[in-house]
Amino acid sequence: MAFNTETMVINMGPQHPSTHGVLQLILELDGEIVQKATPHIGFLHRGTEKLSEYRTYHQVIPLTDRLDYLAPMSNNLGYVLAVEKLLGITDKIPERAKVIRVLMNELTRLKSHLVWMACHALDIGAMTVFLYCFREREDITDIYEKVSGARMTSNYFRVGGLSADLPDGLEQDIRAFAESMPGHIETYEGLLTGNRIWQKRTIGVGHISAEAAIDIGITGPSLRASGVDWDLRRDNPYSGYEDYDFEVPVFEEGDTFARYKARLDEMRQASLIILQALDKLKPGPILADCPKVVLPPKQDVVESIEGLIHHFKIVTEGFSPEPGEVYQGVEAPKGELGFYLVSDGSPKPLRMKVRPPSFVNLQGLPQMVEGKFLADVVAVIGTLDIVLGEIDR
Amino acid sequence: MGIEQPKTLGSGFVVTSLDKLVNWSRACSMWPLTFGLACCAIEMMATGAARFDLDRMGILFRASPRQSDVLIIAGTVTKKMAPVIKVLYEQMPEPKYVIAMGACACSGGIFDTYSVVQGIDEEIPVDVYIPGCPPRPEGLLYGLMKLQEKIRAERNTFGAVIGIGEVVHPA
Amino acid sequence: MSDQAIVEKLKAKFSSAVLDVVEHRGETTVTVEKERIVEVCTFMRDDCGYNFLCDLCGVDYLGKLTPRFMVVYNLYNITTKQRIRIKVPVAEENANVDTVSTVWGTANWHERECWDLMGISFNGHPDLRRILMPADWEGHPLRKDYPLQGPDREPYQGRLS
Repeated sequence: MAFNTETMVINMGPQHPSTHGVLQLILELDGEIVQKATPHIGFLHRGTEKLSEYRTYHQVIPLTDRLDYLAPMSNNLGYVLAVEKLLGITDKIPERAKVIRVLMNELTRLKSHLVWMACHALDIGAMTVFLYCFREREDITDIYEKVSGARMTSNYFRVGGLSADLPDGLEQDIRAFAESMPGHIETYEGLLTGNRIWQKRTIGVGHISAEAAIDIGITGPSLRASGVDWDLRRDNPYSGYEDYDFEVPVFEEGDTFARYKARLDEMRQASLIILQALDKLKPGPILADCPKVVLPPKQDVVESIEGLIHHFKIVTEGFSPEPGEVYQGVEAPKGELGFYLVSDGSPKPLRMKVRPPSFVNLQGLPQMVEGKFLADVVAVIGTLDIVLGEIDR
Repeated sequence: MGIEQPKTLGSGFVVTSLDKLVNWSRACSMWPLTFGLACCAIEMMATGAARFDLDRMGILFRASPRQSDVLIIAGTVTKKMAPVIKVLYEQMPEPKYVIAMGACACSGGIFDTYSVVQGIDEEIPVDVYIPGCPPRPEGLLYGLMKLQEKIRAERNTFGAVIGIGEVVHPA
Repeated sequence: MSDQAIVEKLKAKFSSAVLDVVEHRGETTVTVEKERIVEVCTFMRDDCGYNFLCDLCGVDYLGKLTPRFMVVYNLYNITTKQRIRIKVPVAEENANVDTVSTVWGTANWHERECWDLMGISFNGHPDLRRILMPADWEGHPLRKDYPLQGPDREPYQGRLS
């Protein structure tokens, strides 16, 4: 008697605790083995790109906060760098603004990776890590709050500089935090790296080769864990990253454990970059001296008539970059975040296209899970570190 | 014609004490659904984590709508997502409450676009609105406490449990 | 190899297909004919080392340019860390381009997104469905003639937008 086995189709999401938001997966199963995985996205499509065509260049900055809401300042940075390139004022940004941008960007990287680790570990069953990671994340949100007034949606960077200088005494707080971070990372490693359950759930799971990763367009730590040594901070430096001394962790294995190790090492490097940035921090202006396009310092707005006029004109009318198009990629915590801006000479962008790293990385999911166990799907979603806000925009 | 059902059990001492017992147990064990939509969900997770610690209020996140009492709409509701939320809401057993967390869930927020539902109250009834983009965890805690107040003020909850009359919500 | 040399190499190979070369803020943009885009992309990948497709998107120049659309390919060379941009003009009445998902797998979802939001279809695409909008959605929201708040809603008059 011959046995026939039929495949079973199950739905996962959009409401599922470990799809990291509103991702829907249609899984075709043969027993426990995934035959076919089809991601369905768009449940959080908010029309950011369309909306930004109706906003002036400055008004788009708050929208970028809400793309990858785990790393708002990376998005701010990518966008303001793209606008600065479009205006041709990239080399006029003052040194202090550049250093603070790097500082905040690396804090953002830590913040994003902490949420990644918390959720990834929670999905696989390690509850304690979640509580530890969110404890450290609260310290970063406190720093965010002190510099920008908001815990998450910071809206801190401006075209040509920053919205405000660092408050007094914050440098010591950031230094204390950055110095304590390697110890905290040891704690997480102590909970996970040697843990046999963790190893069984991650080693060899979700493997992807370097060629396949490049073909799919995977970037960031996920690509570096497949053995491709590519980091935009080092290879196409922006905002003064060429002056910092850091290593790019690369692993060859290409599995979930390698991606975990790559992100952990990246967190260690990020805390080193923060300390270097604090050493470089010298008093100085935080806004470029380009009165036609860059908001004047607050002091000028209240004290001089020119400052007031420039502020008024930029805030009400905006500025009009000359027609042209630019693409600016930055190394966001999840991979290459790109902003492609087209200007038609009006104060509003003709087109703003975001190249979201999670969107492209998620394309690799079917390849990583097909032929593997159903339980590995959760591990792979965690290891890809996706954020639906930027996938769907 | 049978015996006419009373509208409520009345407001005698024993009945109101039983109501209080039911309300107390409901208010102190609100179990929200683990359901994050967008940015606000991260603040919801932060509220559940070590510093703000929702567990001390008896609030535990449940992964299934069948086990939960409160639906926290944490984030932007899109036209593609709204039918899913309706299904989730209908799957939850009575009594159920809805909290609209954040500007997007309350009114669409800054996303006044083609794909966004301008406030979840267009789709399902909402008990508590929490403004903010995203609200701070203290804001969410305050909203949950407001919901507890609302639950504590309900009348005839015991009667409704044993099948006599409906729950009366004071205006 | 500098951008200039790449452009010369491209011109030597596809002399008639290269319509325009623009340099703006240190970035080179090459406009080519849409019929030859797959050939150009294959050449860029195999002979010029641009092995990574960063981004693919459509731009709507309604009332500013004819033909109306541009499909933009942002390429990256992982070895030399260089970028280059290729564009193809696409007319409204004949809004389709050959797919490059055979050249780079990553183009699959990008092209689906471009079809979904901009209404440019891709010939030979393996799975051209809507990706972000619901399957029964009508219209292509990122087109300039599509209202921001959607066709079924009066724009709110109380503020600028």
